[in-house]
Amino acid sequence: MTFTLKSAATGALMACAVAVGADVAGVAPADAKTLRMAYDADPVSLDPQEQLSGGTLEMAHMVFDPLVRFTQDMAFEPRLAESWERIDDTTMRFHLREGVTFHSGNPFTAEDVVFTFNRMKKSPDFKGLFEPFEAAKAIDDYTVDLITTEPYPLVLNMATYIFPMDKEFYTGTDENGKPKDIIIKHGDAFATSHESGTGPFVVTAREQGVRVEFTRFADYWDTESPGNVTEIIFTPIKEDPTRVASLLSGGVDYIKPVPPNDLERLGNDPNVNLVTMGGTRIITLQMNQKRVEAFKDPRVRQAIVYAINNAGIVDKIMKGFGTVAGQQSAPGMVGYNPDLTPRYDLAKAKALMKEAGYEDGFSVTMMTPNNRYVNDAKIAEAVAAMLARINIKVDLTTLPKAQYWPEFDVRAADIMMIGWHADTEDSANYTEFLTMTPNADTGFGQYNAGNYSNPKVDEMILQSQTMVDLEARAALLQDVERILYDDAAFVPLHWQNLSWAARKGVHIEDIVNVMDFPYLGDLVIDD
Amino acid sequence: MAFVAFLIKRLLQAVLVMFVISLIGFSIQDNLGDPLRELVGQSVSEAQREAMRDELGLNDPFLVQYGRFLGKAVQGDLGRSYFFKRPVLDVIGDKFPATADLVLGATLIIVLVSVPLGCWCAIRPRHWLSRIAMGASIIGISIPVFLTAIFLIYLFSVNLGWLASFGRGEHLVEIAPGWTTGFLTLDGLSHLILPSIALSSIMMPLFIRLIRSEMMEILEQDYIKFAWAKGLAARRVWFLHAFKNTLLPVITVGGVQIGTMLAYTILTESVFQWPGLGFMFIEAVTRVDTPLIIGYIIVVGLIFVVTNTVVDLIYTMVNPTVRLMGAAR
Repeated sequence: MTFTLKSAATGALMACAVAVGADVAGVAPADAKTLRMAYDADPVSLDPQEQLSGGTLEMAHMVFDPLVRFTQDMAFEPRLAESWERIDDTTMRFHLREGVTFHSGNPFTAEDVVFTFNRMKKSPDFKGLFEPFEAAKAIDDYTVDLITTEPYPLVLNMATYIFPMDKEFYTGTDENGKPKDIIIKHGDAFATSHESGTGPFVVTAREQGVRVEFTRFADYWDTESPGNVTEIIFTPIKEDPTRVASLLSGGVDYIKPVPPNDLERLGNDPNVNLVTMGGTRIITLQMNQKRVEAFKDPRVRQAIVYAINNAGIVDKIMKGFGTVAGQQSAPGMVGYNPDLTPRYDLAKAKALMKEAGYEDGFSVTMMTPNNRYVNDAKIAEAVAAMLARINIKVDLTTLPKAQYWPEFDVRAADIMMIGWHADTEDSANYTEFLTMTPNADTGFGQYNAGNYSNPKVDEMILQSQTMVDLEARAALLQDVERILYDDAAFVPLHWQNLSWAARKGVHIEDIVNVMDFPYLGDLVIDD
Repeated sequence: MAFVAFLIKRLLQAVLVMFVISLIGFSIQDNLGDPLRELVGQSVSEAQREAMRDELGLNDPFLVQYGRFLGKAVQGDLGRSYFFKRPVLDVIGDKFPATADLVLGATLIIVLVSVPLGCWCAIRPRHWLSRIAMGASIIGISIPVFLTAIFLIYLFSVNLGWLASFGRGEHLVEIAPGWTTGFLTLDGLSHLILPSIALSSIMMPLFIRLIRSEMMEILEQDYIKFAWAKGLAARRVWFLHAFKNTLLPVITVGGVQIGTMLAYTILTESVFQWPGLGFMFIEAVTRVDTPLIIGYIIVVGLIFVVTNTVVDLIYTMVNPTVRLMGAAR
């Protein structure tokens, strides 16, 4: 039985919730384990293809299952695909798990994967990521081929985004006469408020921005999962101090994220299970060469990198809750080059400025958001002070993210801040968006507000996109990082860390990962 | 007749106020940020976003957009929230009961504490309790509501574990279709107490001081002296003759302050994750949910006009010598 919800029909919704509550209590009162959790926001939709965002993917890992997923050490783990093999340069064959049922009761087959793939190609948010793919083809009920136009090295990375949706359930029209599979970003759509996935949890009630209730799916295929949570009550709590207080007062069992200021306190609390991990979101500053003549000189850019004490920023401003960076790719990613260490050396910075003929410095404008990245505005202030030491006077403006992005789009300042997480979990993605030559037709360099342009880098990244020899590809991507480093194409600051906290006995350490999509289906809570 | 004329006049005022507000709201919406950024992922191309902007009609000239908005608004349709994907008025209607609970709770606390305390401070200005109340009100007026709220949460829910720290609780009672209240269950009350105190903390000192100074002034007046001279009982002098006249300025200020209170619900509701209008509004601002932002300010404008009208009506009841504006003299 699938619970379909309509947000307007609150009465019916309450009835559902009550019915389910009674159901769970009736079946297994002894084993019932409820997880009350609080993130900073709740998912915007129940449609896994509506918005490419962390919130959507967190939800998708609860209500749906991907074909494959990343383990904690970034290896691929079979989920709805049991195994896979490369048939030729452009085809990857997936063998699907048998005996899997959707929340609606419909059986899961290759047709559902094809349906999901085709819908993905139509989703404004996801179609960019699936650009290299030509088609998904069902070979038989439990075999499906993913075909790319060119040889493509990241087929498995992309398969982590394929959360098969129930074809039968999402086919037809809803009561408003709209197709059930339609994706509407700013209006009501069937898939936004109804779900039928194969995942460990069924959504039983949802009041957007207030709470979502989940119950464990009785027919969940993964009977080997250690997870023992039978019910989840998810409340978004936006304010950091309130979220922490709710955990400490026992109002909730599990929170994310933990504000840096509370890390020490929660870490020392014997009743709290705090888990932190280095993340892959790089925070950088871009120096606009189109706006500032001096930024065309690599020595000036290097001087700026040398003048910024990013280790000090991590230490003092981030309270150690970040990893100092010298490049884009985080440790553990294929393009990570261990030789490229952070460089802070004020004397060298001054010497470089002198060499470039800018000993007396110059004035620049700088713009950063103030509510997008952890401590973004404080970091910007520190950077402005550090640049003053090499006689670069910074006129700093910080803006809320809603106003920042339109400014970023028109490159409104000489130095701008941008943080990036690779949706593909692959190193090339950083360069494609941040440091390749901006090109409106291909979309490369969409977030390159420095206007850094190096044909060599562009060529290497394009080459990497079709290399299926993963070792050679890794070496190539590490060389790209080296060139960007030597050129001082941008200022790397740090990778933001990730944090989760739960009460003792809630074993979140086993289910969290560097993508920050906790696999709550596998969560174990002690008796 | 005068009463009807008064109401009609107020109604016209309300329409005018809402029209002006909608115009201002509409003209600033471009400065709020780009709503598309909140609707799509970061890696979505500019061309894709531009296409969606067209689809939403955001690229149309200002007057076209505003005309479209007004045309729908007169039919009671303020558009759809980008985030909730539902009509703006439905969303506001859903959130309103939570804010009403909170404002009612805070008002009750303010009235129950500031009236007796203010009177006491006027009657016994040198008493130790009066000195404490005056001192505390100085501190109270200077601490931001955000800090008060966090302090309350840490004291009463983290350390003592007595009261809930966020939300409205699970056991709410539906008193009218779609209208729930937390006043009727223990769970609901345990969630209501802290936010209500936090919200009342803003207004409390003002009212204590206002009542005290008004009453002190009145106690000095000749008719009070005559009352004493007549040998009336102290209670009768204080509470019938003096207090009733103290109320007049208090009601005026109170009416104005309800507006301020609504503004402070934004802060209080964010700290307590209270699912009401204030929290909805601040979230809408960060998400650049323009239809919801404009809808909110129009509704709040309406609330202002309505409360002021009600205050004026109460005023005439308390003091019959005051006539309604526009009434025949």
